[in-house]
Amino acid sequence: MTVPPVLSVEHLTIRFGGLVAVDDLSFEAAPGQITALIGPNGAGKTTVFNCITGFYKPDVGRLTFRRETGASFLLERMDGFRIAQAGVVRTFQNIRLFPGMSVVENLMVAQHVKLMHASLFSVAGFLRLPRFLHAEAQAIERARYWLERTGLVDQADLPAGSLPYGAQRRLEIARAMCAGPSLLCLDEPAAGLNPRESQGLNELLLSIRDEHGISILLIEHDMSVVMQISDRIVVLEQGRKIAAGPPDEVRVNPEVIRAYLGVEDEETAVAVLQGEGARA
Amino acid sequence: MESDAKISIAALVRDAAAAALVAGLLAFPLLGFRLVDSARGLTLDTRLLWVVYAAAAVFCGRLLFSLARISLSMRRPAATRPVKIEAPGRTRYLFGVALIAAAIVMPWLPFADRNIIDKATLILIYVMLGWGLNIVVGLAGLLDLGYVAFYAVGAYSYALLSQNFGLSFWLCLPLAGLLAATFGVALGFPVLRLRGDYLAIVTLGFGEIVREVLINWGGVTGGPNGLSGIQRPSFFGLPMVPAATDGGTTFAQFFGLAFSPNQRIVFLYYLILALALATNLFTLRIRRLPIGRAWEALREDEIAARSLGINPTMVKLSAFAIGACFAGFAGSFFATRQGFISPESFTFIESAIILAIVVLGGMGSQIGIVLAAFLLVGLPEWFRELEQFRMLAFGAAMVLIMLWRPQGLLSHRDPTVRLGTPPRAKEAGA
Ligand SMILES: Nc1ncnc2c1ncn2[C@@H]1O[C@H](COP(=O)(O)OP(=O)(O)OP(=O)(O)O)[C@@H](O)[C@H]1O
Ligand SMILES: [Mg+2]
Repeated sequence: MTVPPVLSVEHLTIRFGGLVAVDDLSFEAAPGQITALIGPNGAGKTTVFNCITGFYKPDVGRLTFRRETGASFLLERMDGFRIAQAGVVRTFQNIRLFPGMSVVENLMVAQHVKLMHASLFSVAGFLRLPRFLHAEAQAIERARYWLERTGLVDQADLPAGSLPYGAQRRLEIARAMCAGPSLLCLDEPAAGLNPRESQGLNELLLSIRDEHGISILLIEHDMSVVMQISDRIVVLEQGRKIAAGPPDEVRVNPEVIRAYLGVEDEETAVAVLQGEGARA
Repeated sequence: MESDAKISIAALVRDAAAAALVAGLLAFPLLGFRLVDSARGLTLDTRLLWVVYAAAAVFCGRLLFSLARISLSMRRPAATRPVKIEAPGRTRYLFGVALIAAAIVMPWLPFADRNIIDKATLILIYVMLGWGLNIVVGLAGLLDLGYVAFYAVGAYSYALLSQNFGLSFWLCLPLAGLLAATFGVALGFPVLRLRGDYLAIVTLGFGEIVREVLINWGGVTGGPNGLSGIQRPSFFGLPMVPAATDGGTTFAQFFGLAFSPNQRIVFLYYLILALALATNLFTLRIRRLPIGRAWEALREDEIAARSLGINPTMVKLSAFAIGACFAGFAGSFFATRQGFISPESFTFIESAIILAIVVLGGMGSQIGIVLAAFLLVGLPEWFRELEQFRMLAFGAAMVLIMLWRPQGLLSHRDPTVRLGTPPRAKEAGA
């Protein structure tokens, strides 16, 4: 029995003026798996994310998201915040935290929808009814859990903007997890991390997949991350899909080797794709 | 280092000279001529010396200011101060309590005459308006330049409801708030999609439209003449008048006191104090609720907030409506205090002053707003003797304060929730 994909992208096309940023792209993300989206700079990866999460409206194409419950959503017709409520939560290539708010407040904002219901649109919250206090305590516990997972408990009460870069990246993932996604979309989570930090990231992402059963869509340039943890890789070049498959296949795909990073010399390209070459 | 300092002094002098030149050019038409009412009719008198004085004053002031700034920056490294989130300050809490206690006993102190209580009431109106606008600007980050429109809606709602339907102040108060909030939603719904500057312009326009409507809809609003004879507030049904017209009991009779007009003044003072404190408590509490956090999140990063499932339009609309509601309350208080309202009380300058109070107070700091209201409303009232120079002094004070503390008088933010010590640490400690 085949499980339906958590996300299917069909014939996705989006143009900016004359530029076709994403061109007739189709792929699927299997539930409980890590699907990586890779490609050279400007290939259109972030644009695909923006379409999935409702920040751009695609010109053509259908984006279907299915929850474990069987409910399915046509993402291209939904507002961004409704997509997040449905269970597709993303992080950003250029970190977007609430810098003036404390770390734990960032995680509380992520649980807004749930808390808002518990507070009966602020009435129960205002009267501090047990119903709300209970939900709030639960939300704080959830925040604590993810802070522990990302090693940020000690910084919990500091302003998010004052954290070092790597910690901000982890906080963004923790925040996305607090929003309760079933599909987590990560836009270059390893960018700017040192090798030790990106090793920690690998472990975090694997545990999100294995312990929490959450599907991950991952954009990443760091091949040591992509090749180690992805279940499937989709390769984009100039908005078009040029290859898709498990890491071992993609790694040796001549089309990918030719196109990826525009490397002429085959050996260097292979080294890069193995995650051995110098990182950009 | 030495030569650096010399070069910079030459540069400073040049900079000050440029400032003096601009001041001179501006002063020439403004100060250089004066109309004299002589026997031959109006004649023009020149006083070029004044222009020279103005330029000289600006030259010296600018030079001193630059020197002060340089010596300050030499003493302190120019590192940018990181935003601090401290523990909820005990001192600040005590300061707040002391401030409230002082406000409560103030009318009974020996120096408190009718005039002082009246001015304190006026300041409290602005404190309340500042706290109300702070929800919109300080928390939700929406630049609203037409806040006075909601204040006007509240004032006219009370005046019209009480004149036409004979409703009491206490019944009109929530109605006025509700009406103002409705206006807030009606304006907010189409315009809250706009960002920053555009929103500011549209709200500015809205404020002017409301005022124009008040002026031109003579049949209902009394036009430019306004509405007079507005019902004064009663002490829960007991009118504060020398003798009841319809044979009922007055406030003074009920409590066995001699009638004194001061009773009403003090009552109004306590009424606005209670309204303002209610606004404050409301804000302090709602900040800690999900909706309050969502306001701040939207201010910090709207895109990130949206990606977490927050509906920006609804959340902004709620801030707008709640802010408008408090302006409506303040407006009906204003109407009942004055007994007379006209569109002239609701000009753009009012919006500007309220906004200045919020910005000067430190965008989100409740106590900062009290201080700013004191400075911006209280001092100009006491310095009425300055006459035409009042607005000049007002502007100069604003500029000085913004130079001295660009982040506002008290820019301090308490986190709405703390994780505190993790349980493991507590166990280890036990
Ligand atoms: N809002 C926009 N308006 C115009 N052009 C855009 C817009 N967004 C993206 N593009 C263009 O679409 C193309 C794809 O951009 P995108 O950001 O998706 O690339 P990417 O694969 O994420 O690259 P990178 O690895 O550098 O992040 C680029 O040429 C970019 O300039
Ligand atoms: Mg990108």
